[in-house]
Amino acid sequence: MPDLSSIGRDAWLVAGKDLRIEARTRVVVNQVAPFAVLVLLLFAFAFDSSTRVLREGTPGLFWIAVLLSGLLAVQRAFSLEAPDGLRDALRLSGLNPAGIFLGKVASVTLQLLVLDLLLLLGVVALYDATLGAPALLVPSVVVATLGLAAVGCLYGVLSVGQRVASTLLPLLMLPALAPLLLCATQAVDAALSGTSGEGWRWLVLLVAFTTSYLGLGAATFGILLDDS
Amino acid sequence: MEPAVDLRGAVALVGRFPALAGADLTVDRGEVVLLQGPNGAGKTTLLRCCAGLVPVVDGEARVLGHDLRHDRRRVRRRIGLLAHATGLYDDLTVEANVRFWAQAAGADSGDVDAALDRLGLAGRLRDVPVGQLSAGQRRRTSLAVLVSRRPELWLLDEPHAGLDQAGRDLVDGLIADAVVAGATVLLSSHELERAQRVAHRQVEVVGGHVREVPGA
Repeated sequence: MPDLSSIGRDAWLVAGKDLRIEARTRVVVNQVAPFAVLVLLLFAFAFDSSTRVLREGTPGLFWIAVLLSGLLAVQRAFSLEAPDGLRDALRLSGLNPAGIFLGKVASVTLQLLVLDLLLLLGVVALYDATLGAPALLVPSVVVATLGLAAVGCLYGVLSVGQRVASTLLPLLMLPALAPLLLCATQAVDAALSGTSGEGWRWLVLLVAFTTSYLGLGAATFGILLDDS
Repeated sequence: MEPAVDLRGAVALVGRFPALAGADLTVDRGEVVLLQGPNGAGKTTLLRCCAGLVPVVDGEARVLGHDLRHDRRRVRRRIGLLAHATGLYDDLTVEANVRFWAQAAGADSGDVDAALDRLGLAGRLRDVPVGQLSAGQRRRTSLAVLVSRRPELWLLDEPHAGLDQAGRDLVDGLIADAVVAGATVLLSSHELERAQRVAHRQVEVVGGHVREVPGA
């Protein structure tokens, strides 16, 4: 039986450390956030002649922007342990591997939620979208972001330290995120259009997807960290 | 009492190369053992094996009572490895680094403060990001991490490297203190005279094998 209190304590420790580093370096604020806004702007330029297409495509475009930003955030989260013996230090730390995984997921999720908020404001301003059903929108965005972070951290540990990490991570992560992209787009589509009935079913699928990856990551992270 | 380190015919691979090719080594609790040998002889691999970082693929290997072939993760919390790489976050301060790794091992604030003080890092260096430190100061920070975690087995790979005279004396003092506190120390060093003064026993690592140095 896993020691849940030690997992929680270690997750808190790792998340706190990663967020302290972000607070000092501001990589997500100064680089990832502008990148996310730029993606939204590029979509707006690409579909300039049709506001209707932009408005109808808002859920998909929003999640593609989140997904691309998420890739960068995950790469950043694991690049922290790439240099100078830090992976060995992490292995020897005595931290519960499940705690390390959940701490990384928590840190990436928090950073992405700030980006989500920024991007939601962006789609309202640029795509003329309306936030029809916030009661569905908020949990959908939170759960999908948590799922994205869980998938990212599971594959992030595999790519860390590899010479081809920057290209390997998207190759591993994007196919695994296809179901999440589908569910999240449908749930947010229902939330934005105010027809939330169908959206709740997509949210249930999102919860199942996210829970599965959180469980899989917590169970296998130690092996992946040892073998990466 | 079971030895701190007990290797019998241990084989470990680095890539496909057997960096340990049937190593035998027993280190009793409280002992300080110096590993000698030329570059590439397998000293670092031996230390990393004892830390559970390099798997033992054949033979027997027990560290602090744990079988490394089947249970190498559980021993890690009780081990302190000072490697060539410092294992520190450049963007965190000296104190934040030491505190993080110390808390990971279950140490408290008192251990952190005592370690910073012992390593001469309690003053203005405490709040300096590690990325701004000199190589010697980074080494001291790594040693502070090691001390704060109070490991039962110290694995020191060239602990004197990169340190000034005072720093090297400090390392010798830390080893002596660790032994008084009941820890076991396995170190490799090219500063033989200095290391021989603190070691109880020497062994030579050659071609992935370990043999006693006669009369040492």
